[in-house]
Amino acid sequence: MHNLTVRVAVAAMVGSATLALAACTAASDEPTTSAPSGVMEDAPGTGGTAIGFIMVGPKDDYGYNQAVYEGSQVIASEYPDLKVLTAENVPEDDTAVATMEQMIDRGAKIIFATSYGHLDAAVKVATAHPDVVVVQQGNTIAGAPLANMGTYFGTVYEPMYLAGIAAGEATESNKLGYVYAFPIPQTIANINAFERGAQSVNPDAETITVSTSSWCDPGAQKDAASSLLTQGVDVITQHQDCTKTVIDATEAAGAFTVGYHADASVLAPKGWLTGAVWDWPPLYKEIVENIVAGDFVGGPFNANYRVGYKTGTNPFVLAPYGPSVSDATKAAIDAAQAFLATPEGSPFAGPVLDQDGATVVDDGVVPTYEEVDGMNYFVDGVIGSLAN
Amino acid sequence: MSIIIDVASGGVRGGTSILYAATGETISERAGVINLGTEGSMLAGALAAYMVSSQTGNPWLGVAVGAFAGALISSVHAVLVVKRKANQFASGLAVLFLSLGLTSLFGSSYVGKTITPFTVWDVPLLSDIPWIGPILFQQDPLVYLSYLVVPLVWFVLFRTRAGLLVRTAGERSEALTVHGFSVQRVRMAAVIAGGVLAGVGGAHLSIAYTNSWFENMVAGRGFIAVALVIFASWSPLKVFGGAYLFGAALSLGPALQARGYEINQFALHVIPFVLTLTVLAALGRRTISAAPAELKRVFENAPPDP
Repeated sequence: MHNLTVRVAVAAMVGSATLALAACTAASDEPTTSAPSGVMEDAPGTGGTAIGFIMVGPKDDYGYNQAVYEGSQVIASEYPDLKVLTAENVPEDDTAVATMEQMIDRGAKIIFATSYGHLDAAVKVATAHPDVVVVQQGNTIAGAPLANMGTYFGTVYEPMYLAGIAAGEATESNKLGYVYAFPIPQTIANINAFERGAQSVNPDAETITVSTSSWCDPGAQKDAASSLLTQGVDVITQHQDCTKTVIDATEAAGAFTVGYHADASVLAPKGWLTGAVWDWPPLYKEIVENIVAGDFVGGPFNANYRVGYKTGTNPFVLAPYGPSVSDATKAAIDAAQAFLATPEGSPFAGPVLDQDGATVVDDGVVPTYEEVDGMNYFVDGVIGSLAN
Repeated sequence: MSIIIDVASGGVRGGTSILYAATGETISERAGVINLGTEGSMLAGALAAYMVSSQTGNPWLGVAVGAFAGALISSVHAVLVVKRKANQFASGLAVLFLSLGLTSLFGSSYVGKTITPFTVWDVPLLSDIPWIGPILFQQDPLVYLSYLVVPLVWFVLFRTRAGLLVRTAGERSEALTVHGFSVQRVRMAAVIAGGVLAGVGGAHLSIAYTNSWFENMVAGRGFIAVALVIFASWSPLKVFGGAYLFGAALSLGPALQARGYEINQFALHVIPFVLTLTVLAALGRRTISAAPAELKRVFENAPPDP
């Protein structure tokens, strides 16, 4: 309803405030920046004095945006010559274009557009500025990307599969709960992998899904968690941008929490099991290194780059374990992670059945990362329906 | 637990923040001032209550400061509209955006903080009554407080001299002037009282219901509250029904999904809004005739004051 207007206004206020603050800091700094030497001056992304990161939410949300922000700060310390500009609460519309343009005006030649819905804005900016590299986090460019664009992401469903093992071992009721926002492919793969992981140690485990239709509406999250808990669900995980509300409700009910985005074990000292959490710095560093060296065009990041346990530095890792996770469970998870790193390892190694019992992945088939990215069905054992 | 009890108790829990805000808005509109900034007062109340609970560990102190913050935001609207004769709709929206910006700015460092929240407290004996008990008497203290505050507001509005002044300001403000009362003062007081209750509603959302603070967390509930006042024909007692109906519509979706019903999520999430619009459309003709006369003039673009 009014939500869009609200977000635009907030972003305008907060975005400009953030940039204004950043500008003040910049003005007080000694102007020591200079273009890295030995670099082709005309390669996109080179010769800048700054790197921009735009985030769709607040930088301290115990979630997705906090992980991005922490990654950006590591880049700031690794590249003291480049000013790291960050903007929070940037909505997924033309406000994002304006925010990126402001960053370019301030010397940025590299921009990380970090929300799934920032892709359209990222394409607009990359088209208008062929000298600037815009990389987008999590979405997929259809067809061949521009020479100065790419997307990148980890395979979050791999650690979610491992977390599912912890959940399948922990549950007494065999009912696991999943609070999610929207049925985007990434979420669908997470839910399916979580259920597959639980099934691998507990064939009776089922995952009940509840959607909130918002990336952060604490009231709706509370409703979702309460309804799951009253149905006897005793492990809850989620895919929301702000995660505190669901964790708080789960812990208060004495149930177990599997985290997402960030280590929130401090919010659930008793019920924390583990979770899939972000570790962006290694991948951010690889990307920035590649761009400032002038190697972006035609390189691995000038594409829809996906990385998992099989291929390299997965930016998703398993969070530290909570007190109730047994050594046997930890050993099972270690074994599963080793399996995922092998060529035939995947949470979706066939046979895989969908909710209706139809075979969606044949026996012996191992889907590629791209194929998992395009999942549009729930697997057997997931309760809930996908809007279509 | 049966789904009906689940949805109904969820409706009371989720409807309480809207109930407070709509009751406050009823006072304001009874005096002839519509306040679209109610959402802003709720946001301010939610953040202030969260901050204070986090700092002091005392949620009651949080509610008190949340109420004050709600009043502060609504007083901006009161001054603009009553003293400066600004357009009521424009002023309300401006105040909302002001609050949204301020709370985003000052709230960002509280997003990750933990608090001592209000917790569910079962009322002895009453909570054991079948059906009624789990729905009405296994709730948090701010829900119980609303059982007292809303009827109290009704009593003050319709059975006391102060309430008569408020309603006269909304019906025939010139009568106040004739008897030597200041229309402006009465309206200022009514709008600020409305902000107090909206602030408490916001506090319920942050420190009793979700135990979290996030930017824009009120997520439209303040606007629903303004709409409910019309649905409730400007009566605090009818606001009860409207707020709980909307709360129940909000909790219906999760309750159905948790039970495995296969329903399109996007269809589920428009139910509360479709329901509200349907009720408004059905009651439109009757309720508009119940509107305070001075408020009708606002809608008809007539000057707000004689």
